[in-house]
Amino acid sequence: MIPKQAKQSVGQRFLARFRDAGAEEIAPDILLPAGDLLDLYGEDIRARAYVTQDPIRGEMMLRPDFTVPVVRAHMQNGADPARYCYLGEVFRKQDMGDTRPAAPRDNEYLQCGFELFTRDPQADAEVFALFHDALAPLSLTAQIGDMGLLLDAVRGLPLTQARAVALMHHIWRPGRFARLLARFSTPAVARDFPEPAAAWAGMRTEDEMIRRIARLQSDAAVPPLSRVWTERLDRLFTLRAPAPDALAALTDLARDMPAIAPAVTRIRARLDAIAARGIDLSAVIFDASHGRTTLEYYDGFTFSFVAGRAGWPPVASGGRYDALTRVLGRGREIPAVGGIIRPGLVAELETQA
Amino acid sequence: MIRLGVPSKGRLMEQTFDWFADRGVRLSRAGSDREYAGRVEGVDGMSLVLLSAGEIPRELAAGRIELGVTGTDLVREKLAGWSSDLVELAPMGFGHADLILAVPDCWRDCATLDDFAAIARDFRAEHGFRLRIATKYHRLVRAWLATHEVADYQLVDSQGATEGTVANLTAEAIADITSSGETLRANNLRILDEAPILRSQATLFANRAAMGPAMAALTARLGLHGGG
Repeated sequence: MIPKQAKQSVGQRFLARFRDAGAEEIAPDILLPAGDLLDLYGEDIRARAYVTQDPIRGEMMLRPDFTVPVVRAHMQNGADPARYCYLGEVFRKQDMGDTRPAAPRDNEYLQCGFELFTRDPQADAEVFALFHDALAPLSLTAQIGDMGLLLDAVRGLPLTQARAVALMHHIWRPGRFARLLARFSTPAVARDFPEPAAAWAGMRTEDEMIRRIARLQSDAAVPPLSRVWTERLDRLFTLRAPAPDALAALTDLARDMPAIAPAVTRIRARLDAIAARGIDLSAVIFDASHGRTTLEYYDGFTFSFVAGRAGWPPVASGGRYDALTRVLGRGREIPAVGGIIRPGLVAELETQA
Repeated sequence: MIRLGVPSKGRLMEQTFDWFADRGVRLSRAGSDREYAGRVEGVDGMSLVLLSAGEIPRELAAGRIELGVTGTDLVREKLAGWSSDLVELAPMGFGHADLILAVPDCWRDCATLDDFAAIARDFRAEHGFRLRIATKYHRLVRAWLATHEVADYQLVDSQGATEGTVANLTAEAIADITSSGETLRANNLRILDEAPILRSQATLFANRAAMGPAMAALTARLGLHGGG
């Protein structure tokens, strides 16, 4: 067992480093209004976050992560550009399945983070390089991805607007995405919509149902997506290679999938900017599906640093979340990228080294 | 002494008494119908505790009773990591019920969970909040929907009369236990065309820490194969 003070002092070391990189330290609340978080993460967050009741403020949550309160604070009174850093606990329930794990994961642990709000195109490289250099002594594996690339690829498929939107909505849910894609790739079967005996009930209106039935009926006439496209999509989604090789493969793919060409150009510029900061790209793994199973708010560049130990979450992770600032900014938006380090895991690695 | 917890009233209690009687153990209430003490005949070293069905999982896990009769639904909903604490000794063949997801029968376009997921997405876009599922089985329903990657919903707590929530506009769908489906039909609700979230029945559970020679002798006396 590593004492909490030791983890705290590892966190302070990273915090100092982030401060030296020009960040202003902030201390978001621990008790957060549940509404924002529920709206963003959905019901799943209730399984992971501690929910409590305040007689005046209503339902509150013990901070499950920092991004939401940091974005909220910035959207209320931050200037642009802005760099923030923080160190503090997050709280996550570990609801196990049928069997209690022998070594349950911590339900309260430290995160030390850095968030950058700016329109500077170098921002992704700046944040990645900062984390890369701070973690360099630990010999972790760096993995990167780009959700924008995947969204552009789906948007560019020869599909109806409705089908493309449905696929994009489920891009973070690989199983549901695969089922939808399979359905769109086979000839549609005309469906019966039997008349029920019962009268209308509930808040969903009959008009909503009639519109959906009309959409389903017109969708049944849409020809299936040809196999060549599902194969291209598969090639893209399973691409995982050292960054320079991945870039070559992406350039190749973009000839067949012109819709991803702008994203590939963006990725090339980002990699160049990372290399210009002295980082060896051949040691960085580009995984096209990186970020598909992580938090839903990352919509561009994503990164993580992993120790390769069974059952461990990444030692550090982050990404770009422009859309989140739009959701929380109520009309305002600002490009944003950032990430967190888990000082507790770093302390464990350093103790065992 | 092995303490056996049995639901304190209704058909579940009677059927449990019958199940033990078939195995040569006579259980009965001591004294009047209002008394929650029990009597055991035909076997030594076991006592009977009559409890509210909903409390049996917790009492078992806490070790205040060594054996208990309750539904698999209650154990899985109320005890996270249940199989670390409890052993399933025998399904008892009664108290069958399925935990299911049901929607208004008037939703002609909703047959499967895929339909449900699509409707939930549309509903959120149309109404500005997530489609509400009324239930008391929060953990089971949430885990099942997460496994099937359904996202655009929220659970609302309903501890009773759950079938009425749709008509009362406090939920759009319900997840509840049903055996015959009659109450659902009476409330114009229809079960989705999917395997149930959970098939439950009355089951004899033991506290894992209480598995020893005394328990082995008792389960052998009842004709059971020791359990896991």
